[in-house]
Amino acid sequence: MRVFLLAALTWLLALPALAGVDINAFKTAGGLTVWHVEDRSIPFVALELRFRGGASLDAEGKRGATNLMTGLIEEGAGELDSQAFAKARDALAASFEFDVSDDTLTVSARFLTENRDEALALLRTALVDPTFDEASIERVRRQVASSILSKEKDPSDIASASFRKRIYGDHPYGSDSSGTMESLNALTRDDLIAAFKGAIARDRIYIGVVGDISEADLGPMLDNLLGELPATGAPMPDKATPAFDGKTTVVPYATPQSVAMFGQPGLPFDHPDYFAAYLLNVTLGGGGFESRLMTEVREKRGLTYGVYSYLVGKDGADVWMGNVQSANNRVAEAIAVVRSEWARMAESGVTAEELQDAKTYLTGAYPLRFDGNGPIANILVGMQIQGMPLDYIATRNDRVNAVTLEQVNRVAREWLNPDLLSFTVVGQPEGL
Amino acid sequence: MRRFGLSVSAVFGALLTALPVSAEKHDFVSTFTLDNGLDVVVLEDHRAPVVTQMLWYRAGSADEWPGTSGVAHFLEHLLFKATDKLASGELSATVARNGGRDNAFTSYDYTAYYQRVAADRLELMMRMESDRMTNIRLTEEDIATEREVIIEERNQRTENSPGALFNEQQRAAQYLNHRYGVPVIGWRHEMVTLDLDAAMAFYKRFYAPNNAILVVAGDVEPDAVKALAEQYYGVLEPNPELGPRVRPSEPPQTAERRMIFRDARVAQPYVTRSYLAPERDSGAQETAAALKLLSDLLGGGTTSYMAEELQFKTQQAVYTSAYYNGSTLDDTSFSFVVVPAEGHSLEDAEAALDKLLVDYIERGVDQEALDRIKMQLRASQTYARDDVSALANQYGQALAIGLTVEDVQAWPDVLQAVTADDIIAAAKALIRPESSVTGYIMPPKGDAS
Repeated sequence: MRVFLLAALTWLLALPALAGVDINAFKTAGGLTVWHVEDRSIPFVALELRFRGGASLDAEGKRGATNLMTGLIEEGAGELDSQAFAKARDALAASFEFDVSDDTLTVSARFLTENRDEALALLRTALVDPTFDEASIERVRRQVASSILSKEKDPSDIASASFRKRIYGDHPYGSDSSGTMESLNALTRDDLIAAFKGAIARDRIYIGVVGDISEADLGPMLDNLLGELPATGAPMPDKATPAFDGKTTVVPYATPQSVAMFGQPGLPFDHPDYFAAYLLNVTLGGGGFESRLMTEVREKRGLTYGVYSYLVGKDGADVWMGNVQSANNRVAEAIAVVRSEWARMAESGVTAEELQDAKTYLTGAYPLRFDGNGPIANILVGMQIQGMPLDYIATRNDRVNAVTLEQVNRVAREWLNPDLLSFTVVGQPEGL
Repeated sequence: MRRFGLSVSAVFGALLTALPVSAEKHDFVSTFTLDNGLDVVVLEDHRAPVVTQMLWYRAGSADEWPGTSGVAHFLEHLLFKATDKLASGELSATVARNGGRDNAFTSYDYTAYYQRVAADRLELMMRMESDRMTNIRLTEEDIATEREVIIEERNQRTENSPGALFNEQQRAAQYLNHRYGVPVIGWRHEMVTLDLDAAMAFYKRFYAPNNAILVVAGDVEPDAVKALAEQYYGVLEPNPELGPRVRPSEPPQTAERRMIFRDARVAQPYVTRSYLAPERDSGAQETAAALKLLSDLLGGGTTSYMAEELQFKTQQAVYTSAYYNGSTLDDTSFSFVVVPAEGHSLEDAEAALDKLLVDYIERGVDQEALDRIKMQLRASQTYARDDVSALANQYGQALAIGLTVEDVQAWPDVLQAVTADDIIAAAKALIRPESSVTGYIMPPKGDAS
């Protein structure tokens, strides 16, 4: 059996249809835009709410406010204190997760059909009437302080923090969303209430719902859940201006394996070159074991357990990043190989076969993402935030397939910039 | 705050949780055994045109011979190299070229390989997976390069993390004789000596259809899976030398062990305590079920007893947890972590934990708390149906540790049947100082930070 022949044949087969992803977009009576997939096969609902802005909305001097506030949303609401709220949630076997990133505050909820009204009533108290009592503030503040201290001693976290600072400077992207011990300890209850009002508002909300619920039931339910939120929140943060000097910077830290992060300028999702860049990155360092970085650094030389590159699209910045970890006496060689592969790719681009492999990989892998109510709800809000049209799912693979070898290799020449590729290395690297 | 959870770093590539499966209806599950001894489980989920193939071997790091620690995991890496029919790396490249994902993981009791791909590519996956069960062709160069990769993997997972370094010391102290005391990734000084002979000896002994479980989950029909399994796996020869899976067992543990681990990279001192504990046994999962509920009640989150007492009432701790994994072949452990709040010592934290355990056994189980957890467990059967890959994990793992499909399907009912008295009885039997290891994890003396 020659597997490559078989694989070549499978390219000709039709890609599987995306069964079960029939998006129903509608507006509620209260004016909320909802993307909804009704799937009655399992008696529960996954609800994903995302508020644009996230931790970057922290006011000047209040770094960490949005993060601490997010940690407190379900630590007491309405008549319930922290423990009573958690007990009520657990008794319903519902789950509510609150998370904050640079650009978004996310609420991921999952609840059973049999008690969905009670579950939503409980979630509603957290969203419209959180308590922010002093005892909870102090308790969660201690937890965040503990995580700040831990990050200061973890090589990967140190690398991440150093790289952020170096690339983004004073922009919120330049610092950890938990804040510093100093800024965290200075936060008052009023700061948290201001952060709450700034971050959770109707003018920045994206909604995805998947599972055992009809549009008729869902509309009023969401209006009730979200109708009392403030109409507007805090102004959106300014764009960042990521700066890359092309140098390799060492942050000394006593640990056996160095952690390196690297990056250069990237491009936004709505750029005409984006799909070509995305395909290019699959070949460079984005796929599995087959990427050039993985082949050269790991498979041929055994210099690392993993090396990756990825396009990072933030609201206020687009960068092309990567990471690699190698023992202190080998990391210099690993970095040299990454630099040389970056330059080789910029110079000569990919082969027709590599591009074809990247296309079949991306198009074939796309349907695998739609594997459950929660993941689909997540995709629905992601699509809205990125401004994708409703038919994106149906047309996405065509857009991938439409990219030509000439485009990819032009993008390699124009966008990959070995002179700006900047490394931050944490550890005790030899020879750097 | 997960950083303080007891590490499950021993399980590579996937986190295996012990969610119960649907007890009400199992009509999506089919099982059969091929003539050569390969067990097959088919889990149907027709919502999306996707399939997961997992091949589990009843061989993990605890099956290794002394002096070759890490060889089970090393071999897992080497199975991505050449076979008689595939070039090195061609299997993964083919999966990727077909839009799929593949990977593998090794634990104490099993090694598993999987691909997730469009359902119409299942035959190709079976052709390749069955091929590497018997046909790998390794070179000295593969050995030399891949050994560097696993050492970098150890650097990344263990050497760079004081918590992981302590965990392996702690397990070594917990197990006096069983190989659960040896890390899955291997001790570094033995890893550097792993060679072709060691890898091939493990392969020839354990990689055979009568030592494996095939799980196929997704948009497939059982009859079609059976026909393909017969065609590709059915032709493989069983290994007649494989006998019952008997490994060194623990002698009576008669001495309480205490460990102090110091590392400059420790930011937050914490205390751990573990006790040797019984695991799930086929047809006898009751004690394990009681211990699972005990771990949820004591340390399963905000509403747990430890959180309530130490994080909310006395505020001595910033983080607490209890952890029990009963899905093992031999005796497992039950552990606790307490991260004291600033101004509280590790000694105080340990004393608070000891007092809390005594109090809990004296007071008995809060029935409301037990009802809440049972409700969540019932609901988790509904939620589990949404993730067929996780179900594939549960069946594969269970069969790899000597449980049966019936045990997997009975587990939710066994959990529901546990009473408050059962839980206290299990707790009393568990809390034996002589079977315990207590660890203090802290910065070096004089390190002010």
